[in-house]
Amino acid sequence: MMKTPATSDNRDPLAAIRTRTPARIFTGRSGSAYRTQTQLSLRSDHASARDAVQTDIDWEGDLGPDFLRAWDVFAVSSQARSKAGYLMRPDLGRRLSEQAQAEVASRCAVGADLQVVIGDGLSVAAVIRQVPHLLPLLHAGAEKRGWRFGRPFAVRYCRVGVLNDIGELLAPAVLVLLIGERPGLLTAESLSAYMAYQPRSGHTDAERNLISNIHAHGVAVGEAADRILCLAERMRRAQLSGVAVKEEFGVLAQNATSLLSDK
Amino acid sequence: MSYSTTVRGQRFSFADLREVFAKANEDKSGDRLAGIAASSEQERVAAKLVLADIPLSNIVANPLIDPAQDEVSRLILETHDQAAFRPLAHLTVGELREYVLDEDQASDRLGALHWAIVPEVAAAVTKLMSNKDLVTAASKIRNITRCRNTMGQPGVLGIRVQPNHPADDLGGILLSAVDGLLFGCGDAVIGVNPATDSVETVSRILHGLQRLIEVYDIPTQSCCLAHISTQLDSLERGAPVDLLFQSIAGTEAANTSFGINLNILREGRERVLEHHQSREVAWVGDAVMYFETGQGSALSANAHHGVDQLTLEARTYGVARAFAPFLVNTVVGFIGPEYLYDERQIVRAGLEDHFMGKLLGLPMGCDVCYTNHAQADQNSADNLLLLLTAAGCNYFMGVPCTDDVMLSYQSTSFHDALGARQLFGLQPAPEFLAWLEQMDIVRNGGLVTSDSSARQRLEEGVRLIA
Repeated sequence: MMKTPATSDNRDPLAAIRTRTPARIFTGRSGSAYRTQTQLSLRSDHASARDAVQTDIDWEGDLGPDFLRAWDVFAVSSQARSKAGYLMRPDLGRRLSEQAQAEVASRCAVGADLQVVIGDGLSVAAVIRQVPHLLPLLHAGAEKRGWRFGRPFAVRYCRVGVLNDIGELLAPAVLVLLIGERPGLLTAESLSAYMAYQPRSGHTDAERNLISNIHAHGVAVGEAADRILCLAERMRRAQLSGVAVKEEFGVLAQNATSLLSDK
Repeated sequence: MSYSTTVRGQRFSFADLREVFAKANEDKSGDRLAGIAASSEQERVAAKLVLADIPLSNIVANPLIDPAQDEVSRLILETHDQAAFRPLAHLTVGELREYVLDEDQASDRLGALHWAIVPEVAAAVTKLMSNKDLVTAASKIRNITRCRNTMGQPGVLGIRVQPNHPADDLGGILLSAVDGLLFGCGDAVIGVNPATDSVETVSRILHGLQRLIEVYDIPTQSCCLAHISTQLDSLERGAPVDLLFQSIAGTEAANTSFGINLNILREGRERVLEHHQSREVAWVGDAVMYFETGQGSALSANAHHGVDQLTLEARTYGVARAFAPFLVNTVVGFIGPEYLYDERQIVRAGLEDHFMGKLLGLPMGCDVCYTNHAQADQNSADNLLLLLTAAGCNYFMGVPCTDDVMLSYQSTSFHDALGARQLFGLQPAPEFLAWLEQMDIVRNGGLVTSDSSARQRLEEGVRLIA
């Protein structure tokens, strides 16, 4: 039979949990259907997400000329030529255009310890919201560790597979791609950091690591920077990336242990 | 054998079986992307006509992907029951379609065919079937599996509670799970996709889910859908693993891109079976694997060998069934418009996957879903949900109001589950239903209103565990 746990004397932690989860829970029902307000808010959020996917990035206007100048960021394109073409041809989004290859080769130094690349991906809003805060933290972290920080650049109509092309051109130790995630109903501001150690053509997801959900309800920018830098350290030590390299968290490990002894 | 035919005076010839298979498919953006789709509707139907006349023995004898180059092809050959196949060998693909649709072929008769049919044959017959054919044929096949409860019996529709959280907050995860339980969901599994694939995160989630299950004595399974290696590392450090999850694909190269191979799956399954025996749980069966699949994954990994995405999906099921899984679901709308362009293609693929999985003996469920860059919306998902419920799908996902706040896509909701069960007169898994009645979540076959005492009791558990 069911055992009801004894009441804890904490002050309503349940309310705190509810504010921590953005999930649409305990919304009520009308028969087996949603309440009308729920139904329409889902439609409204879907409309916003659909529109967000279609937005094209304007690097200068969206990130601001000051930011681009301060970080010496220049912009290139993948082989995709339009948003529609980008959505239907993943192969084109994974390759730098010929012009982009020439530009990257001439403007970036080969062999950086940490090379950061910015990609629009499926959400311009994510790039606008997160990158201006994240990039300086990555730069500071690299400097602190005495790493050569490659000149950052941005790729329009960018897919994750572009890591391989850039790896071939610039041969960085660790390459980080900050790319806009597919917008959801909750937010269009979610950014992913895809990371690879010495990426080369032919590498697949099995050789990559991912820190996803960088946004207000997920991983905060500061925490994301720490995790990217820690993972970069681990990759450099192990001289590889992907499924064989996993993140470790000292603090969280303690939590897991306390949960065990609580039993 | 020559692969050619004439349609209204126009001659169509196909170089080999692979080309016939690809061009006989219904239109899919992924097959176009691979450059193997039919170039006209007439060519498509010509390929279907040619395919209908090909004997099954011809397909078995001519693997589309060379077994010398691909361990999935070798597995398919090794697991083929040739004695059971013999009575079918002379049938053509067109005749097999009529055989599975024949009303004399009831569940047990079709069930006896599972290991006689290789994935490529299942794919071939699917290409000749209409959407309604796929629903009616699948509805005759029940594939029952057992772990901590029993899934797949007639009259049962299971639901996975998918309480994801963008920062893996355990309290948030458990509270979403409680919302699902109060809707009668969670019999298939309480399964969390972690935002972070680390041993610490996965262990914390597994311990938390297990405590919820233990405290309330819930006859269901928990799972954390991380990479198989992370789950096994967590197990070694003391985390409880009910179901071992992995995404799989239909070629060796695609599986390599997922960081797995058949041996990793084999060893993982053995490890979890051993682990189950060491735990004091009232197991009702020894199915321990949970697989997710989906058309287009091999092409996405550039590992498709020129074979169409429907056939590769069937081969994925050839992988899955070798490990006697408790749950398998296609995540049919997740991959994006490059592979399944719109509602029409997503609905078609969902029905194809479910039928093929059932024919090959799998406990087939479906994540009826769509992303926000596909030409689909919740109405599309409603349609596929109802079609697959009619087809006897084993389980769907339950996500709070469809909105997965971690994976950023829309699936089906707890409300959807309730609606589908009510409309078709279906119930949760029997052990789970008994628990729902005990908790007074279900009374006289219906859901008790949401302000029941069960909610207070379950929320109390979240307070304690989180």
